[in-house]
Amino acid sequence: MSLSKHLELTGVSIEFPTPKGPFKALDNVNLKIEKGEFVSLIGHSGCGKSTVLNIVAGLHKATTGGVVLEGKEVDEPGPERAVVFQNHSLLPWLSAYENVELAVKQVFKGQKSKAEMKAWIEHNLELVHMTHAMHKRPDEISGGMKQRVGIARALAMEPQVLLMDEPFGALDALTRAHLQDSLMEIQKDLNNTVIMITHDVDEAVLLSDRIVMMTNGPAATVGEILKVELPRPRDRIALADDPQYNHYRHQVLSFLYEKQRKVEDIGQHRSVKKSEEEAVELPKKRAHG
Amino acid sequence: MSSIRMTLAGVSSIAGVKSNDTMSSWLKRSARALGLPLLGLLVFLLIWQAGAKQIHTSLGEFPGPSQVYQQTLSLIADHNAERARETDFYERQEQRNAERIAKDPSYEPKIREYTGKPTFFDQIGTSLVTVLAGFFIAGLIAIPLGICIGLNGALYSALNPIIQLFKPVSPLAWLPLVTMVVSAVYVTPDPLFAKSFLTSLFTVSLCCLWPTLINTAVGVSAVSPDLQNVSKVLRLSWGTHVVKIVLPSSVPMIFTGLRLSLGIAWMVLIAAEMLAQNPGLGKFVWDEFQNGSSDSLGRIMVAVLVIGLIGFLLDRIMLLLQRAFSWDKNAITR
Repeated sequence: MSLSKHLELTGVSIEFPTPKGPFKALDNVNLKIEKGEFVSLIGHSGCGKSTVLNIVAGLHKATTGGVVLEGKEVDEPGPERAVVFQNHSLLPWLSAYENVELAVKQVFKGQKSKAEMKAWIEHNLELVHMTHAMHKRPDEISGGMKQRVGIARALAMEPQVLLMDEPFGALDALTRAHLQDSLMEIQKDLNNTVIMITHDVDEAVLLSDRIVMMTNGPAATVGEILKVELPRPRDRIALADDPQYNHYRHQVLSFLYEKQRKVEDIGQHRSVKKSEEEAVELPKKRAHG
Repeated sequence: MSSIRMTLAGVSSIAGVKSNDTMSSWLKRSARALGLPLLGLLVFLLIWQAGAKQIHTSLGEFPGPSQVYQQTLSLIADHNAERARETDFYERQEQRNAERIAKDPSYEPKIREYTGKPTFFDQIGTSLVTVLAGFFIAGLIAIPLGICIGLNGALYSALNPIIQLFKPVSPLAWLPLVTMVVSAVYVTPDPLFAKSFLTSLFTVSLCCLWPTLINTAVGVSAVSPDLQNVSKVLRLSWGTHVVKIVLPSSVPMIFTGLRLSLGIAWMVLIAAEMLAQNPGLGKFVWDEFQNGSSDSLGRIMVAVLVIGLIGFLLDRIMLLLQRAFSWDKNAITR
């Protein structure tokens, strides 16, 4: 028991029923994650990254295999596995403060006094630098700010694992870089266990302790796992010229575009290839800028 | 130094251009906002005046804008005269009672109600009370029921055919049934409400509850999956989920339904009042039609315009309420 990891996915497979018969999205996914570890899941779209995350969150149920967190099997969603959703998912009728409050009231009901809750909510909004706009509603703040509130809400649940589903995917490059730095800062202070889904190779290398690269679906599974042993705190500008950093990037890129190149018919293949090249080009520029 | 001056000059000239620009764009905008509707109204009045002259009915020429204006003044005069008569009546009554008490101290004065005929403005009041009461009852039924069927898919499937069946029924078809039921059920020696009022009220409710019912059900059942996931991760209880997530997220749809309902309620009311003889605008139109004097068509036209105006105002009020109480500030303004 003491040898078991913090979070363990064992033989996780999932099938979705379709009119044409069951569709196997994941096949035999095995992953062990240690406490305080930052793990990225990377892979082509449709490879089942989100499904893995949803299974850990308890929003999907594995057909075979399962997830064990701190010795307990995961069978339903819960605040100890807080999720930061891709599109922030804040309640639009509540202010930033009230959005976090809803989570805090639910999780710490009967454990914290009113004053303690207020302090805790404000503390978490401060972590993501949102105190100045905490009484604004989601439609009054920018996309990056909404995502910050989403992160504050998840952190405020004091989760054992923080699950992030492409948290910065919908943001512009500058805001994304800014939030990545914030996230590293928070991670340094709180030492949360994090699983993050990303499409962005630079993001994965910059933030992660390990990068889990997934094969293409259907029946996707873990392809390779890359350990990123760059010293923290990591500085994106210094790393841009770091040979080791570029070596990690190269390994992820070669997995995605050589070993797991998406095979599609020629017309589609060209357009996919083009957008892939762009996707590779853009982060490079950002890293240098 | 010279470069600074130049920049300053540049800034001020830009500012000057800008203020000129905003001035002219402001003029343009207000011309659009006020001028075009006024122009439309003017053209409409001209066509109306010209067209009205061409239509000859058994009650004379079709009323044009000028006749309508005259009839409006005459209706206001009627109203004022009636009010004066009412005040006179009460004054005389008081005076008579005072005299009798002076003669015979043991006399207990009787106060008699003034029973003059309702004026056009009284009838507007009656119509408003009836429509708001009917709309209120419809909302009281439709919102809770809509929430229930929105939350429960089975109930929705069970009730959907019934809703679809009754939704398109005209108020005129309901009215005879409602009239008979009200007469049969509402039997009391001392009626608080007139039967005609109740008949109109229930007909309005029956016809206008459907949009609110359907929109509420759709709003409740269509809570975004993302928000449902949030609720699941937080392990909200069913009650908290409904109160904190489902209801707030369906508020914009409920308001849309209520706005549609109020529009329908007002339209249905006029027809219902005509047949039920509820002393409102519908009865006014009907009475003038039966009366058949040379002023009648003009008066009916006044009523038509007033009905339109009140309908428009009711819709605006609903919109203001929606803006005030709904979190979704992008409500449709058409």
